[in-house]
Amino acid sequence: MIEALGYFIEILKGALITARHFIVNMVFHILKVIGIKTKRKGAVTIQYPEQRKELARRHRSLHRLTKREDGKPRCVSCMLCVTVCPSECITVEASEDPDPEIQKVPAKFIIDLSRCCFCGFCVEACPEDAIRMDTNIIEASEYARGDLYYDLSKLLK
Amino acid sequence: MDFWIVLIKIVCALVWFLVLTLYLTWAERKESAVIQDRIGANRASIFGLRMIGLFQPFADAIKMVFKEDFIPPFANRFLHTLAPFLSFFFVAITVCAMPFGDTLNIGGRSISLQVLDLNAGLLFVLAMLSLGIYGIILSGWASRNRFTLLGGIRGAAQLISYEVALGLSLIGIVMVYPSLRLQDIVFFQGQNLFGWLPRWGVLLQPLGFVVFFLAALAETKRVPFDLPEGESEIIGFFTEYGGLKWGMFMMTDFMEIIIVSCLATTLFFGGWQVPWMGSDGFHFPWGGAWLLPHGLVVLFQLLAFNIKVVFFCWLQILIRWTYPRYRYDQLMDLGWKVLIPLSLLNIIGTGLVMGFLK
Repeated sequence: MIEALGYFIEILKGALITARHFIVNMVFHILKVIGIKTKRKGAVTIQYPEQRKELARRHRSLHRLTKREDGKPRCVSCMLCVTVCPSECITVEASEDPDPEIQKVPAKFIIDLSRCCFCGFCVEACPEDAIRMDTNIIEASEYARGDLYYDLSKLLK
Repeated sequence: MDFWIVLIKIVCALVWFLVLTLYLTWAERKESAVIQDRIGANRASIFGLRMIGLFQPFADAIKMVFKEDFIPPFANRFLHTLAPFLSFFFVAITVCAMPFGDTLNIGGRSISLQVLDLNAGLLFVLAMLSLGIYGIILSGWASRNRFTLLGGIRGAAQLISYEVALGLSLIGIVMVYPSLRLQDIVFFQGQNLFGWLPRWGVLLQPLGFVVFFLAALAETKRVPFDLPEGESEIIGFFTEYGGLKWGMFMMTDFMEIIIVSCLATTLFFGGWQVPWMGSDGFHFPWGGAWLLPHGLVVLFQLLAFNIKVVFFCWLQILIRWTYPRYRYDQLMDLGWKVLIPLSLLNIIGTGLVMGFLK
């Protein structure tokens, strides 16, 4: 009987905790409505499309291919990123470059974003610093599935 | 003329009931959000005017109306359609027995602010509330789906274990205020204990109130006792429903919250009585009076009733967002082994005290 009473008290305590949350948050909401600025806010929500959280400096967002001074891609088609990619979403096709210093350039460089898991291994593997994931674009969405094959023209932007 | 008065009263009561139901869905979303440090639904807008999501119930309603009215091919068409209407009807009709206020004297007439002044109003409300289970059993049965049937049976089992405690817990109230007429019960609560304490039911029947409130929570079939429905994991009785029919079951839930709040207010918290307010204004126990015109008194009574009802709705939503669900056997234990003995104890205790005081 005494044990049951103990449970009952704990149940009441639980209700008091939620009631406290309600009242405290409500006070801050009301203060905001009547225009009093407070340090604490009533809700921790970030209203996403209008407000954005600042991305971390090392955040892995949409890929981009870096360029040389003359605008050509830095990629030399060494296929390291293709090899390391765990979801096998990168396709590279090499072609010859007239410059003997460079030797190879990618004729095709396709990232299938519908398979990419954003692990960042391609960035780590690249010896030429040709691919980076620092565009801060996090809404890589398209209306058709085929549009998720990002090729050179999209990645070099 | 009498006919028109009755008609206007019915329309007013129903509009009050449905608007409160509609906004209770909004309040539930907002209150749960505030409890969990969120903001809640605030995107529904009309021409960019958001109004903290006040248009959300209308958006929900439009969505539900335009959904496909689907009846599974294996279900019984007639019963499947009838079930949500039954469950809706039996809850919606209970509001007519609720006393919203005392009489309103207007143009030489005195109008009782109650749609239907029944001598056995309390019994009527309890009967209609328990008839609502037919909608649930029927929906589970007519869907011809084993899981919905199990949901319906769980609902019936829960109802049986709580209806008894609910009825027994109210016997104490009927003993203290010797009437089954809801208006009479409210009148008796207008008197004062020891000359200053309002003679509310919760002060005379504290144990009765606890048992009543727990049983009534089980009656609404919401979260600590949501076995028939179990929206998160176990499958409930309205699995095979969609669109507006599902919406009617959902509305029934919210209407039951309001009815339970109305009952708790009327029976245990003085109904439309404002402490120390008579029919002509306030008479304070420390002497002195503040006389008010008749219209203002009626307004105060209506306000008092509404504030109390809204408070209990708030409390029930708080409870729903605080506790996890009871297990089936725990629920039966609570009903049969705790609440019924407690309510019997309450009856005996009330009888003894009344006998000694006589």
